[in-house]
Amino acid sequence: MSSVNPAPYDAPETEAARPRDEWPLWEIFIRGQHGLNHRHVGSLHAADAEMAVKNARDVYTRRNEGVSIWAVEARHIAASSPSDKGPFYEPAQSKVYRHPTFFDIPDEAGHM
Amino acid sequence: MYAQMIKSEATKEDPEKLAAFQARIDADDKIEPKDWMPLGYRKTLVRQIGQHAHSEIVGQLPEGNWVTRAPTLERKAILLAKVQDEAGHGLYLYCAAETLGVSRDELTEDLLSGKMKYSSIFNYPTLTWADMGAVGWLVDGAAIMNQVPLQRTSYGPYARAMVRICKEESFHQRQGYDIMMKMANGTSAQKRMAQDALNRFWYPALMMFGPSDKDSVHSEQSMAWKIKMNTNDELRQKFVDQTVPQAEYLGLTVPDPAVKWNDKTKRYDFSEPDWDEFFDVIKGNGPCNTERLAARNRAWDDGAWVRDGFLAHARKKAARRMAAE
Repeated sequence: MSSVNPAPYDAPETEAARPRDEWPLWEIFIRGQHGLNHRHVGSLHAADAEMAVKNARDVYTRRNEGVSIWAVEARHIAASSPSDKGPFYEPAQSKVYRHPTFFDIPDEAGHM
Repeated sequence: MYAQMIKSEATKEDPEKLAAFQARIDADDKIEPKDWMPLGYRKTLVRQIGQHAHSEIVGQLPEGNWVTRAPTLERKAILLAKVQDEAGHGLYLYCAAETLGVSRDELTEDLLSGKMKYSSIFNYPTLTWADMGAVGWLVDGAAIMNQVPLQRTSYGPYARAMVRICKEESFHQRQGYDIMMKMANGTSAQKRMAQDALNRFWYPALMMFGPSDKDSVHSEQSMAWKIKMNTNDELRQKFVDQTVPQAEYLGLTVPDPAVKWNDKTKRYDFSEPDWDEFFDVIKGNGPCNTERLAARNRAWDDGAWVRDGFLAHARKKAARRMAAE
């Protein structure tokens, strides 16, 4: 739901950022029942890690959504930036041979 | 809706950037927090998502009013679960707003000072148990009308919050209708209560969609940005078309003599709500505005020592850990 390092909210109308005593933001990852990877489900505020896991239980697993919770304080997550999009992902586009469908295998060779 | 009369911000930025941004939206691309976006888009979203979040939180009050007086233990457990969901919805939405660079406490303070609004509907009182039925059926029903299309909204975090919310919202509406069915098929006194609840919530529910399109000045920009997906009148009509047959099934009468199936338009005709009342409630003069805001302020003030205490404890523990290492 949330992303790390939110973009600055530099709305001219708002007052200058006040120093705040807010509980930090945590990103929550949950593994569902069927052995899949933990998946990002959203975020929440908590004073410490223990509270983050408890709150995640209350907020994100009320309907049997998971069997395991990871909580990571948002400021510890490193993220790629949108301007990296080109240099980061373009090289993969020209390497179609990385996909099995690139190779034609004759029917006679059987299932492969 | 849960966000009413959101003023769209005009935006004065590099026309080239604006055009590229609009092209992304037209191509149904999702805008993500770190992407470039016009300041007006950001500010309108903060206002809209914030108001939506506030509505979820304040919306707990009219129902919380009945938790201790629910007629059975099962109804009480269900109502508690529903009210707990609303808190969760508020949290998802505040988190979505936070990705735009505003903090949750800032938004909360703007709610508590009256600077930001919440939906007009929550300024009406819940007088009887039947109101729990009417709120679930009509208020959550109206909310779903608006929230389902918002799952496709252009701002990624908002759209994802909506997906979660819609999944849970359908339970809310059904539990409300279930209460109405029980009451409508009960004793004549219970049926009277159900009818009375419908009478009182019908027009306030119609007002949730906001003023008529002809008076709704902020729609155009928001629709171009895909942060508003349908016009107010479209959604209101859809709601009436869905709800009138449901009222008939209950054997209840919608409190509007003009409600009639129109064979030409294939829709129901109905009367507009009293818009003067709507604007008055928005201004702060509804039956419960003062009470709701006072309750939120009290909860915030009374909880301050808990928030501070947990934070102090967490910092102390962290400092000890550092010292031990």
